[in-house]
Amino acid sequence: MSRKLLLKNDHIQGINTLKTYKENGGYSVLEKALKGMSPDAIVEEVKKSGLRGRGGAGFPTGMKWSFLAKPEGVPRYLVCNADESEPGTFKDRYLMERIPHLLVEGMILSSFALGANTSYIYIRGEYFYVSRILEQAIEEAYQAGYLGKNILGTGFDLDLYVQVGAGAYICGEETALLESLEGKRGNPRIKPPFPAVAGLYGCPTVVNNVETIAAVVPIIEMGGDEYAKIGIGKSTGTKLISASGHINKPGVYEIELGLPVEEFIFSEEWCGGIKGGRKLKAVVAGGSSVPILPADLILKTANGEPRLMSYESLGEGGFVTGTMLGSGGFIVMDEDTSIVKNLYTFSRFYHHESCGQCSPCREGTGWMERILKKILDGRGSLADIDLLWDIQSKIEGKTICPLGEAAAWPVAAAIRHFRPEFEAYVTNPDSIKDIKHYYRLKN
Amino acid sequence: MTNSQDIQFSTEAMEKVRKIISRYPTGKHKSALIPILHIAQAEFGGWLSSQTMDYVASILEIQPIEVYEVASFYSMFNLQPVGNCLIEVCRTSSCWLCGAEDIIDHIENKLGITVGETTPDGMFTLKAVECLGSCGTAPMMQVGADYHENLTIEKVDNLLDQFKTDNKKSRYC
Amino acid sequence: MPKITIDDIPIEVPEGTTILQAARMIGGDIVPPAMCYYSKLETSGGYCRTCIVKVEQGSAKDPRPMPKPVASCRTTVMDGMVVRNITSPENLEARAGVVEFLLLNHPLDCPVCDQAGECHLQDLSYEHGKEATRNEFERREYDPIDIGDKIKLHMNRCILCYRCVKVADQLTDGRCHGVINRGEHAEISTYIEKAIDNDFSGNMIDVCPVGALTDRTFRFKSRVWFTKPVDAHRNCDKCCGKVRLWNQGEEVLRVTARKDQWGEVEDNDDGSTAWICNECRFEKKNLSDWTIEGPSDISRHSVISANHYETLRSIQTNTLKMMGAKPHGVKVELGEGALDPNNQK
Repeated sequence: MSRKLLLKNDHIQGINTLKTYKENGGYSVLEKALKGMSPDAIVEEVKKSGLRGRGGAGFPTGMKWSFLAKPEGVPRYLVCNADESEPGTFKDRYLMERIPHLLVEGMILSSFALGANTSYIYIRGEYFYVSRILEQAIEEAYQAGYLGKNILGTGFDLDLYVQVGAGAYICGEETALLESLEGKRGNPRIKPPFPAVAGLYGCPTVVNNVETIAAVVPIIEMGGDEYAKIGIGKSTGTKLISASGHINKPGVYEIELGLPVEEFIFSEEWCGGIKGGRKLKAVVAGGSSVPILPADLILKTANGEPRLMSYESLGEGGFVTGTMLGSGGFIVMDEDTSIVKNLYTFSRFYHHESCGQCSPCREGTGWMERILKKILDGRGSLADIDLLWDIQSKIEGKTICPLGEAAAWPVAAAIRHFRPEFEAYVTNPDSIKDIKHYYRLKN
Repeated sequence: MTNSQDIQFSTEAMEKVRKIISRYPTGKHKSALIPILHIAQAEFGGWLSSQTMDYVASILEIQPIEVYEVASFYSMFNLQPVGNCLIEVCRTSSCWLCGAEDIIDHIENKLGITVGETTPDGMFTLKAVECLGSCGTAPMMQVGADYHENLTIEKVDNLLDQFKTDNKKSRYC
Repeated sequence: MPKITIDDIPIEVPEGTTILQAARMIGGDIVPPAMCYYSKLETSGGYCRTCIVKVEQGSAKDPRPMPKPVASCRTTVMDGMVVRNITSPENLEARAGVVEFLLLNHPLDCPVCDQAGECHLQDLSYEHGKEATRNEFERREYDPIDIGDKIKLHMNRCILCYRCVKVADQLTDGRCHGVINRGEHAEISTYIEKAIDNDFSGNMIDVCPVGALTDRTFRFKSRVWFTKPVDAHRNCDKCCGKVRLWNQGEEVLRVTARKDQWGEVEDNDDGSTAWICNECRFEKKNLSDWTIEGPSDISRHSVISANHYETLRSIQTNTLKMMGAKPHGVKVELGEGALDPNNQK
């Protein structure tokens, strides 16, 4: 059995209540830290742990925390990014729904470490029912004296609020999230300044993903050094993986980073293999925006090494033969899957979610979707495939925020690895319609 | 100016609104806009008319355009009337892989409408939406605050019948 | 003071200067084009991406190149920075991509657009675009709307530069227009067709880089190149009263603020921006209302500057070519001699 830090108690009946959470050791880390550790000591442990942002970018959390400006007399904010919207990703929802107090405890600990006296959890509007669960947990925490004034007699004050969004993927981008939290359109800000200097209401702000903040609890419990021993290389600790698509056991899994991809897909402990005994065709390993890889390259690197679930191993080969761990949204596709159609659903998504602020993304995402629709409808030409390639290259890196890359990369990767399939759609559309098994696979 | 006199939050809703406004630092009450729009949409028929938005602007003492800008940005706010029961079926990648299109086709046939339309009796509006974070329990649909997951044709039939019997009103909050 | 180079030209600029401002200090062809940045409006810029440049060396301290092209209008210089604009073919290619995106949904209506001849998008497409569009899909279309009785909004032509929103925010009280909807459906709107009723609202016409916001009192009166611009002033208790009159014979066809070589409203002597009020702009259409100072200095970008006449036809035809073969809504018929400045018919 793999080691679990975040979901070790997710199976316990009633773990969403303060009572059961406490009976299983909950809030003991908070008590220990608030009474026995300085804020800087907590930051130090997080640095030592090697924890990297679990929302997708993988930026070292301790370093992000140490960038936080601390001018005198200016409030600082901690904002939890619970706007989980990357297609294929549902781990934060699971964690908040099952063990809301783990996030609340993490928020209190992290707010203490950062010197924030007001913190917000910004959750996507569609997760309204989850916001209720969180609010319930927060209410319980207030009553138990873990929130409010003079927490546990330490003199530390903290108010924690849940803010719901209203349907916008872009609000997962941290500056768009802050705009939305300020009651505005979710338009990403032009950086610099970064939130660490001027974030919420122009004050220094740290924005962290749900899983990142939850991970602070076990890190303080076991110490940063111990946490860093879990995992592999610079991919320390455990990671929640949202597994979906054509697998026998979709769901949220906590893995130790470094688990072989092949084991994750085929072992009974995890995904349990491909549905109906079919063959594996492709995987999107880290949420919709990371490059799709065909079966051979997701199971093994171009060098023939087993591919591991880690930032480094998934990234090996760059975008030519590799991909990214991203948010851990692991979408598995069997041999019958149309890569072009799947890409179309992604491109439609990014078109729908573009905020419209900068021109390459506003105009380019819709253009790519329309070309893909044309190809799918059997009206495309070989030139359209080249045009798609060119459009994505002109969006990538030219936009205000990373949505440009998120929209461009899936297009590039699908063409890079599955060009013959695109060509079949345009040269012989009937072959695609009639023969679902266009691809014959090795494994 | 639009007349917004006939629009008024219930005492209970107004209490919630006040509580929400108190979460933010002095002068930063515009932060309450999105949560209040959710309450307004739930209170005033499941959508936001310009009168409703003007009313919200007056509560927060901001310009009406600031409300329109925000309300029209977020996909959960309906700026046109919708049926009592808004059915939102996810269709992005994992849901598509697991048969979302069959679910959408089935609902269209059963209700006699296409995506984006409302049944003539005003009971149902069908929308196809982008990823709702239910990929591991695909296909799925959201009806108000409720997630209905691992959908099958039979399950959808039962749900639609149930909604009709209950005269279900979908509300996020 | 930071020392930097742009396209191998060295310059020393004050701390806090942006790359674009530094380039404007150098002047000439190395100045990146800017469609949304407007130095007189706070927080403008960053949206259109036409001013992107390549930063080959971030600073003397950290010589690494910046990983992506940066918006020169919103990026502050660092000592030792090495910037490439027109000396980077890669950058020019990226900019051509941005221009293509900006034109993707822009209509083919230059022949009937009041902005023709002083349109920054026209210049941009001519100077930085490619020969033809690759978009074969229908363009977005909106109906033109009247924003009150003085301003016309053609949303089809808008490139969402946000300048007019910033004018409304920064020059007027109680902003009532803004950007609604999202993504490619985003549009400038008052949402419920409200008139914009404010003494300074007319300035949004002057800042609009395209023909999206035009002066209804001037619409279709004349092509801009058939008018004669003169600088004039009057005593005005609302604004500086310093304007540019666009005359035909004795008739004042249009009143605008005075613009500098970057197409921005000029500064007053005290450094404030010479925005003009609606009374001066819309109500004072008699020569007797004004004290004439003399013919206006015209920037190289203006249609009536030297040699611009010769290139105008090629700009127009090139723009039309770029915009593709399938016009929507507007019939493109350039009448015989329509672009000939000497043709007064």
